[in-house]
Amino acid sequence: MTFFNFIVYVVIGVSAVLSYFVLANWAHDYLVGKFSKKNLQDSIFRPWIFMAPALIILLVYLIYPVSETIRLSFFDNYGREFTGVSNYVWALNDSDFRQSILNNFLWLIVVPTTCTFLGLTIATLADRVWWGVFAKTLIFMPMAISFVGASVIWKFVYEYRGAGNDQIGILNAIIVYFGGHPHAWIAIPFWNNFFLMVIMIWIQTGLAMVIFSAALRAIPEETLEAARIDGASEVRIFFYIIIPFLSETIVVIWTTITILVLKVFDIVLAMTNGQWGTEVLANLMFDWMFRGGGDSGRGSTIALFIMLGVIPIMIWNLRRFKMEQER
Amino acid sequence: MKHLSFGKFLAHFFLLIIVFIWVIPTFGLLISSLRDKDQVALTGWWTALKHNEFNEIVRTEKSTVQFEENGVFVITGNLLKNSSSKSVINFGITSKNPKAFKAPSKVTMKNGSTFYLQKDGSYRWTSDKAFKHKKGKRIFLTVNTPPSLTLENYKEVLVFRGLGQSFINSLTVAVPSTIIPLIIGAFAAYALSWMNFYGRDLIFATIVCLLVVPLQMSLIPILTVYNQIGSFFGVSAKSYVGIWLAHTGFGLPLKIFLLRNFIKSLPHEMFEAARVDGASHYQIFMKIILPLSIPAFASIGILQFLWVWNDLLVALVFLDKMPSEIVLTSRLREMLGEFSQNWEILTTSAFVSMIVPLFVFLSLQRYFIRGLVAGSVKG
Repeated sequence: MTFFNFIVYVVIGVSAVLSYFVLANWAHDYLVGKFSKKNLQDSIFRPWIFMAPALIILLVYLIYPVSETIRLSFFDNYGREFTGVSNYVWALNDSDFRQSILNNFLWLIVVPTTCTFLGLTIATLADRVWWGVFAKTLIFMPMAISFVGASVIWKFVYEYRGAGNDQIGILNAIIVYFGGHPHAWIAIPFWNNFFLMVIMIWIQTGLAMVIFSAALRAIPEETLEAARIDGASEVRIFFYIIIPFLSETIVVIWTTITILVLKVFDIVLAMTNGQWGTEVLANLMFDWMFRGGGDSGRGSTIALFIMLGVIPIMIWNLRRFKMEQER
Repeated sequence: MKHLSFGKFLAHFFLLIIVFIWVIPTFGLLISSLRDKDQVALTGWWTALKHNEFNEIVRTEKSTVQFEENGVFVITGNLLKNSSSKSVINFGITSKNPKAFKAPSKVTMKNGSTFYLQKDGSYRWTSDKAFKHKKGKRIFLTVNTPPSLTLENYKEVLVFRGLGQSFINSLTVAVPSTIIPLIIGAFAAYALSWMNFYGRDLIFATIVCLLVVPLQMSLIPILTVYNQIGSFFGVSAKSYVGIWLAHTGFGLPLKIFLLRNFIKSLPHEMFEAARVDGASHYQIFMKIILPLSIPAFASIGILQFLWVWNDLLVALVFLDKMPSEIVLTSRLREMLGEFSQNWEILTTSAFVSMIVPLFVFLSLQRYFIRGLVAGSVKG
């Protein structure tokens, strides 16, 4: 792959898609135009020409796979023989799987809470200082970085050298400077989960902060002004006016980060690959996809447990969508 | 009033601390990628701008280079290989006492010869008898090394570690995977907002459901299909076209959802006027909607581009690990195992993988934030 090949690939790929729409509509106009001009405006075929690629791709890449994954979870490792619920029985008795469920719960409790709390705190603080925009840019920056890149950054922060050596990881260096003992942070069972979560929090707090910033600006100035004239303290205003006003924003941020955390994969793979008790569902599933030639039954079963986590959010979304339609 | 200004002070103080904590890890990465590799391994990056002391063991020249001068045998040379920026602080001639002498000084060796070492590492070794040693004599040095920043690591990873190639591979994955779903999504979004057809609401409700389906649900079935197609036609199951379509599929629900919200918010009158003039939906889309949607395309496109560029899972599953296909994130992950102790390589590679996202972020921050906010409001 050279740079020239890259250009050729891009041009071919994009023009293939574009030419479908141009040619299909041209053919449509030509054929339908033969019969009537009126039909050209309200043709019953046109919507399907517009929708076809999207529908086909959604069908092939999402709808079919979802049903197929459900089916495969009841089959053996090659997806050939029906094995009933044996994959589920295996999962519930497997120590790695149990560990993953526990860890995913831990992530789900800690990460969205911390991100929401920090995001709101930073957005509020940044509104009060003249260099707030600059501060927000710096805190938001990790959002642009890949999870793997972020993992390298933090692995370097956590880097451990035996006691007595110069520490090159800043966390251990600080601890040694204050007279403590250096630790191999990502190998300490249970607590290492939190050191991995720090990476996710470091990335996602920026998102929470930006959304809160936008929402804070939407609070009517008169309401705040009126409260201040009535003598309410800033703390009271924060808890009795701002927080209620932001309740919907908080839910939005919470669900967005929850969906992300359910799928957490890159960080665990890059930092520990599930060792030292840090396994999570997405990494375990990836492992089973390829372990011993791949076990589609077990892999699918694990994927379904991730799916289980998003179903409440899906239903909630649908209800909101319905309410919007009726409005 | 006094109370308020104290609050203001606290706001400055806490925000400063938070920003500091947030920036330090990335800053450390950047500094480390610019340091000499020996220094990265031995000292913390925060010492990069300090002079550091390193212990080195070097050897003098062999006896073959000796020459006679006024009846004395002489060997001269430079223990620091003429590196002008370093200087010798202490030196020793036995491993027991490697810091015995302060440079510059004259030392008498066991065999009666005289060894004179200067701060810059140059030495003059004289003896009444001819030198006979075959290997050079070991000298223990404590060297003062000034801070030096270099781009050497970047050359190393881009040229010799295959990262330059991976960079192009990442582009080849990311650019079409951004444009294709935008085109397909825009047509679908238009149809869903301004056209009447049977099943429209059902389709849109399905798309709302698909928004949150984890892509893990799709991996195994699609991989199986790809393998079957591959073996049926006798081609590789892993290809660029395969990953473009996969990324298109996984990103499409959100693209359609966001574009529909945008297109629906455009003024209806403009659309009616064009209809009265006899324009077909295709003409309206191409001539009116498309130009108006450029800002929305920018926001949503940036979002998708960064998502694809930063993705690891889809690339691991649907692309090969050979040099012509491996993308940056995937290569970086390999390097974490391969060079787990070579932090100069890891930090530099990580930074290379971040250059494009950081550039996009800093130059198009406004569009990026707009896309993210719109994208998360979906819940």
